[in-house]
Amino acid sequence: MARTLFDRIWDAHVVTDLGGGWALLAIDRHLLHDLSGPGGFDTLAARALPVSRPDLSFATADHAVSSAPHRTGETNPAGAKLYASLRRYCDTSAVPFYDLGKAGQGIVHVMAPEMGLTLPGTTIVCGDSHTCTHGGLGALAFGIGSSELAHVLATQTVRQKKPRQMRITYRGVLSAGVFAKDLALHVIAKLGCSAGVGYAIEHAGPALKGLSVEERLTLCNMSVELGSKIALCPPDDVTFEFLRGLPYAPSGEAFEHAVSEWRTLRSDDHAQFDLEVSIDLGDVQPMVTWGTTPEHALPVMGKVPNPEDSTDAERRKDIEATLQYMGLRGGDALAGTAVDWVFIGSCANSRISDLREAATIVRGKHVAPTVRAWVVPGSQRVKEMAEAEGLADVFRAAGFEWREPGCSMCVAANGDVVPPGQRIVSTSNRNFIGRQGPGARTHLASPATAAAAAIAGTIVDPRRS
Amino acid sequence: MERFQIVSGPAAPLLRRDVDTDIIIRIERLTGLAREELGQYAFEVWRGPDFVLDRAPFVGAPILIAGANFGCGSSREAAVWALQGLGLRVVIAPSFGEIFMSNCFQNGVLPVVLTEEQVAGLAEQAQGGAAVTADLGACVIKAPDGTALAFSVDPVRREMLLEGTDELSLTLRRQDTIRQWQTDDALRRPWVYVGSRSAN
Repeated sequence: MARTLFDRIWDAHVVTDLGGGWALLAIDRHLLHDLSGPGGFDTLAARALPVSRPDLSFATADHAVSSAPHRTGETNPAGAKLYASLRRYCDTSAVPFYDLGKAGQGIVHVMAPEMGLTLPGTTIVCGDSHTCTHGGLGALAFGIGSSELAHVLATQTVRQKKPRQMRITYRGVLSAGVFAKDLALHVIAKLGCSAGVGYAIEHAGPALKGLSVEERLTLCNMSVELGSKIALCPPDDVTFEFLRGLPYAPSGEAFEHAVSEWRTLRSDDHAQFDLEVSIDLGDVQPMVTWGTTPEHALPVMGKVPNPEDSTDAERRKDIEATLQYMGLRGGDALAGTAVDWVFIGSCANSRISDLREAATIVRGKHVAPTVRAWVVPGSQRVKEMAEAEGLADVFRAAGFEWREPGCSMCVAANGDVVPPGQRIVSTSNRNFIGRQGPGARTHLASPATAAAAAIAGTIVDPRRS
Repeated sequence: MERFQIVSGPAAPLLRRDVDTDIIIRIERLTGLAREELGQYAFEVWRGPDFVLDRAPFVGAPILIAGANFGCGSSREAAVWALQGLGLRVVIAPSFGEIFMSNCFQNGVLPVVLTEEQVAGLAEQAQGGAAVTADLGACVIKAPDGTALAFSVDPVRREMLLEGTDELSLTLRRQDTIRQWQTDDALRRPWVYVGSRSAN
């Protein structure tokens, strides 16, 4: 029977068929971070269970550590215990811990791909919903809760029910000034933020070959904002070249052997999907969100919805409540809205390519006097690369704060918080109520659009910057 | 895990769609509080005398009637613990965030999927605080007017809740099978098993 890419990886990891569509799935990589990791270790300690495969577990601190220059694990007092706990548990259980300031530290979903930990055809889990990011390299990766996390630590397996499958086929090319983040927001706005619930998504089609690995990671990262906990792209030559020479990727003959296996990781021509969607990249414009779910996204030159245009009473009430939270008026243009903050970072957009994209806009200009702008590189490696390339200098000269790697303002669990009522253009992935701080008003956008907003002091079309 | 059989009581309507787990429990509550303390911070930004779960007869209600895509967003299991802290054992909605739904089952909370119309109808009837009953054995929600709304739930999940099964204990009995699978796999895909190879 014809199989999908997802089927191939799933089938290759079934330790035991548990019946009723359920399987005990082997896990190749368990990524741990300071927010959800310590609780899992606590559970194991309480049950006197050892970590099953410390050699397949990898930990770093990203969520609850400050991104302030010269930070330590204690700079954010609320996260200090979590940081110390994760470090201690990793030490006693021989799980590698990529500590602050060391190679490998960073947002789990940025550091694992760049270390070569994320490999095509592997299964990856992490106590974080954006684990789908790793699908950009052709891994079957998904977020898990605390109970499942303890289960993986103790057994290196997880019990899962096979999801339905959706394929999104991409055609055409992105216009100049339009990026993967815009594409992701375009898809979410078009399909809705729950369109993917219950599905594993394969991002496919001729246009995918033209996307870099970083762009695919962004696309897969945002797939959970469609409701899908799993998303993946078929690995190809672009993938293999990205992996060549990375620290944990195989090398020499072993690499060539792995590549020959990875080339078989694709959906058969006649494979059946439960749902097929087609997207033309040529339709995508720079996108910015206006509301409190990523589905509330508009082309940057668009107008905020007017509740009075809605015939449905519930829908009208929802729009009114959202506009009130966001401090916007129905029918207003998004462009020209004054912003207080700009954040370039997060597992959606803090890779080196994102910083290059933003630096292109920023170079030789200055952040508007009314705006506070931050760049938080996704990992220690990204930070060092950006400093070596001179990007850090470009940002600093323009008035941006250049900070230490971590989740920072995307989760606001680390002291990096947007003050109540203030407006931020952010390259992160969630504009939920209070996500970036109680009362914070988030507009999601690409690094280019965020950078352009920092310079202009308002939401602006980055193609005019 | 506590067994789930029948839960009956007031069902609080909260029909806004796409309620994310950041709304259910703010992230800063995850860094310093014990699981048992989370209830008071559930739906923090909405709490107050006008909020449905702070109003009679819904204070301590065991059932929540929610909008579509309830529990979307972050994987934080603390969202379920926070709901439990309020006394909730059942959430009824047209659809759920996937990881949230799985986390519910892990903690003995029953997520019930009904159609938009059924959810709206049930919410209407439940407004005064009349008892709604969730019967997992029969897979039925009994509305205040006596109507029985059948729901379907994954049989494996249902069994787990009815029995109060601990997944981890079940899997630990399969350790030998898992080890054998890993040994075989290391021959098939040696590149996966990086061991303690230095990253530097």
